[in-house]
Amino acid sequence: MNTPISWLKVYVPDLDVDINEFVDKMTLSGSHVECYEKKDKNLEKIVVGKIETMEQHPDADKLVVCQVNIGAETIQIVTGAKNVKVGDVIPVVLDGGKVAAAHGDNNEYPDGIKIKKGKLRGVESNGMMCGIEELGSSRDFYPEAPEDGVYVFPEDSGVKPGDDAVEALGLRDAVVEYEITSNRVDCFSIIGMAREVAATFDKEFIPPVVEVKGSGGNVNDYISVEVKDPDLCPRYVARVVTDIKIGPSPKWMRERLAAQGIRSINNLVDITNYVMEEYGQPMHAFDLDTIAGNKIVVKRAKDGDKFTTLDGQERTLDSEVLMICDGEKEVAIAGIMGGENSMVTDDIKTLLFEAACFDGTNIRLSTKRIGLSTDASSKFVKGLDPNLALEAINRACQLIEELGCGKVVDGVVDAYANPVNDKELPFEPEKMNALLGTDVSPEQMLKYFDKLGLKYDEKTNMLTIPTFRQDLNCMADLAEEVARFYGYDNIPVTLPHGESTAGKKSFAERINDVARNICEANGFSGAMCYSFESPKVFDKLLIPADSSYRNAIEIMNPLGEDFSIMRTISLNGLLTSLSTNYNRKNKNARLYELANVYIPKALPLTELPDEKMKLTMGMYGDGDFFTLKGVVEEMFDKLGFGATVEFEPTTEHPFLHPGRQAVIKKGNLELGYMGQLHPEVGDNYKIKADVIVAVIDMATVTMLSTFDRKYEGIAKFPGMTRDLSLVVDKTIFVGQIEKVIKKCGGKLLESYKLFDVYEGEQVAEGKKSVAYTMTFRAKDRTLEDSEVSAIIDKILKELGKLGIEIRA
Amino acid sequence: MKEKLQSIKETTLAQIEAAVDVATLNDIKVAVLGKKGELTQVLKSMKDVAPEDRPKVGQMVNDTRQVIEEVLEAKTKSINSAIRAEKMKRETIDVTLPGIKKIDGHRHPNQIALEDLERVFIGMGYEVVEGPEIEYDKYNFELLNIPANHPAKDEQDTFYINKEILLRTQTSPVQARIMEQGKLPIRILSPGRVFRSDEVDATHSPSFHQVEGLVIDKNITMADLKGTLDQFAKEFFGEKTKTKFRPHHFPFTEPSAEVDITCFKCGGKGCRVCKGSGWIEILGCGMVHPHVLEMCGIDPNEYSGFAFGIGLERVTLLKYEIDDMRLLYENDTRFLNQF
Repeated sequence: MNTPISWLKVYVPDLDVDINEFVDKMTLSGSHVECYEKKDKNLEKIVVGKIETMEQHPDADKLVVCQVNIGAETIQIVTGAKNVKVGDVIPVVLDGGKVAAAHGDNNEYPDGIKIKKGKLRGVESNGMMCGIEELGSSRDFYPEAPEDGVYVFPEDSGVKPGDDAVEALGLRDAVVEYEITSNRVDCFSIIGMAREVAATFDKEFIPPVVEVKGSGGNVNDYISVEVKDPDLCPRYVARVVTDIKIGPSPKWMRERLAAQGIRSINNLVDITNYVMEEYGQPMHAFDLDTIAGNKIVVKRAKDGDKFTTLDGQERTLDSEVLMICDGEKEVAIAGIMGGENSMVTDDIKTLLFEAACFDGTNIRLSTKRIGLSTDASSKFVKGLDPNLALEAINRACQLIEELGCGKVVDGVVDAYANPVNDKELPFEPEKMNALLGTDVSPEQMLKYFDKLGLKYDEKTNMLTIPTFRQDLNCMADLAEEVARFYGYDNIPVTLPHGESTAGKKSFAERINDVARNICEANGFSGAMCYSFESPKVFDKLLIPADSSYRNAIEIMNPLGEDFSIMRTISLNGLLTSLSTNYNRKNKNARLYELANVYIPKALPLTELPDEKMKLTMGMYGDGDFFTLKGVVEEMFDKLGFGATVEFEPTTEHPFLHPGRQAVIKKGNLELGYMGQLHPEVGDNYKIKADVIVAVIDMATVTMLSTFDRKYEGIAKFPGMTRDLSLVVDKTIFVGQIEKVIKKCGGKLLESYKLFDVYEGEQVAEGKKSVAYTMTFRAKDRTLEDSEVSAIIDKILKELGKLGIEIRA
Repeated sequence: MKEKLQSIKETTLAQIEAAVDVATLNDIKVAVLGKKGELTQVLKSMKDVAPEDRPKVGQMVNDTRQVIEEVLEAKTKSINSAIRAEKMKRETIDVTLPGIKKIDGHRHPNQIALEDLERVFIGMGYEVVEGPEIEYDKYNFELLNIPANHPAKDEQDTFYINKEILLRTQTSPVQARIMEQGKLPIRILSPGRVFRSDEVDATHSPSFHQVEGLVIDKNITMADLKGTLDQFAKEFFGEKTKTKFRPHHFPFTEPSAEVDITCFKCGGKGCRVCKGSGWIEILGCGMVHPHVLEMCGIDPNEYSGFAFGIGLERVTLLKYEIDDMRLLYENDTRFLNQF
């Protein structure tokens, strides 16, 4: 919403504030100012001048030397303008002044252009005559200005030499743009904003007095209105104007419209635009001679109907689009645009005015389906007050009379089946103060309400809420009105008291923090990826057609295929990020993400899906499978259950290297999986390095995690260390050997460590050598050599069953 | 005897003085104090001394021994010190060579900002809770006073799975879920992912994060809301930060406000970050609408409360002066390494 200050002053004549104060106070009372534009920005020392004499420049054919009367004195100006003559009254910028733009170029001059006196071909010139572009405007708003040349004031403008030319042109003004919230439909009008301005600055608000004289006749002889779909059209008001005289509108109206950015067309069009801006009520004008059967019917269109709007475009309708029809045909799309068949032309004799209230939601949805939005529809979509229509149509008829633009037929056709009335709310000052934490007196509150047009009845203690304030429905709504004008900045600053509460994070989030810390300590940086992705991801990851991963939740209205399903597997985001890094030539990259995947319980979705938090880690560059495995192990150690986690070889993940993947388990619980990326998947993501990934289910990890620790004492008795060097079939995993060591080692085995794996000349074909160092210790005594030897024998015997021998 | 002792002492001390290494000192020690050393020899000749003089001579021998031992000790120490000093001189390193760092990962800037925020509110007694990202219409809209025909519910703004289930457009549904549980008083902070149908560009993303706050108790006022957010702004953006509350409209709060803070870059003078205004808009808030309380089973005549919602990415971008939101989702390590 935009308002020129000058137009606001028509209804708030006592308003007298600096633009900066205006902007600040309006924002603080709830009309958030987005920006403002001073029309006289960069216009300095510009006065009205009258050309007294004009002589040819002695040394230049194209220049003339003028003596210009600027009131207090007469100055000499040299100009090349062709459109001026002696006696013309023109804007003149004096030495040291400023203009907004240069004549003949389209450049922007944010700080304007400074004008200095000087010599033109040897002849002194003490100023410059201005064209309308140099004054920061255009012929769109000053149609009387010449196409090329100096602006000449019309003879009837009444300006005299020495006057402020900027003021004379109506440019001493500022246009303020507000962000109006959706609840304040009434503020999408100059009158609504003027009411807010008056309340904000505690000035008198004087709305227009609407009176239509009328020229006799009876409107019912000209038109009848039938609303067949009152759910979409609560009110339809019509009036008729005869003897139409199309002509230009007066200067004041053109200037106000110009300040709103609306170009003047003719008196008729300007009046409808003027009333739409002034009251926020769009109106439509039909040529009554095109209306068949002297009849307006408001009803829904039929699916597939075609209709040509006044912009010449054919539109396809459906049964939810509301149409204005006459006795035979459609003549307008209600609230959106009129039809070519009934549009007003210069030949119009009799005019039918429409001011209606249409259902905002229906208009909004219709504009989207038809693909046509207009100034009028943008007002209707907000949901207008039906009581506005009559006032607005009468205002338009009043202007018709004042501008001598036609004769208004007596009477109004008003189809208004269920009139909306003012409502009442109790006045509860204590409750309002309690909610706000303030101590505003009831008298003060009533003053605020009065300024807003809310009347108070002392006897009933009720406030009457006018229908234009559809947003006021309860005590809290009224409290906001008090707060707005009392000032949000005057509300005290306190802290909640009462029962204290424990501030904390959930256990799961504490576990997530440990995971983040371990990842980062090992060089993995936090990544953030999208929750939705393309269904093509499954093919990229070589996931078979029957895999449950493919049971993904689809978004009904996605931003395209790439964002169309909710991810069921977390790898794609991270692999995409690793690919970005790889292709930007980052040598090493390690990333992790903690975020959800979405697993539906059934498709199509009937209840909310399981959102499973996954820790996904991925790396390329330095390090291998075992680097990442170490990080995963360290995390489980920190979370208190590392010793019991096992990594079992698997081939079940199609996107991983079949010989380099493991399922991570604790007992029968699966914690996740890790492995090297399948080279084909690497190709799909355009990464030509080995990528190692791990995916861990954080719900399972959280369930197993504990921060409880118990001190177990520091060993008092010496331990005994034994090394074991074994010859093993290549196909045997060390995990199998370790299981035996753990099982046979029993309580006395304190620790074991793999310290060498060797394949090559020193061992037989198909074999590898594996070496462990083991430490044995008892808590209560020094171990006997024989005890340890017995354990070693037992281990070797068990290993023998796997064909493993001690290395010679 | 006395002269002999004196002579041993003088000769030995001179030898010690002249010695340049520890080996010479050891030789001197053996030659004088050893089993067959000169001084030991003197002691052995004590039998020739008259018995009444023996204590006196013995004393003299011991004194001489002590002097020699002390000087020997001091000299050994001084030679060792010199040797060590010489060694350390050879060991001098270039301390200006670079340190050896282990490769550290970096937290995502959005996560850092979130943790900073959580720290402030946990300190004020807020519990961090999370809600589902795929949510029922009922919680995302209906219980928040957003009626069926509200423009926010248009497909242009909201991603739908079906008529009842959608991707939450705000973290506010967590408010309704927590209130519905009926455990009072409530002080929660709920961060999380939200989704809106915006094309990706420098300032928009179809997926971003909000942090929702909710307090419900008896006698909670708008002044409490102001105090809480004022304290938050000071803790989070710096002690000198001022807040400005501007009236606004949200369907689920009344009265509602938007909050600006004095620009943390220029302190309110006006700069590039605040686009010259000196103020930066950081959040929306308000008193929980009585109708929302009612729908969630809380009596608005007994309880009141406030809620606020912070756009996390907005705070992150502002705080670190990141000029393009897309950087947050690209995960380029050259970007992440800067935090």
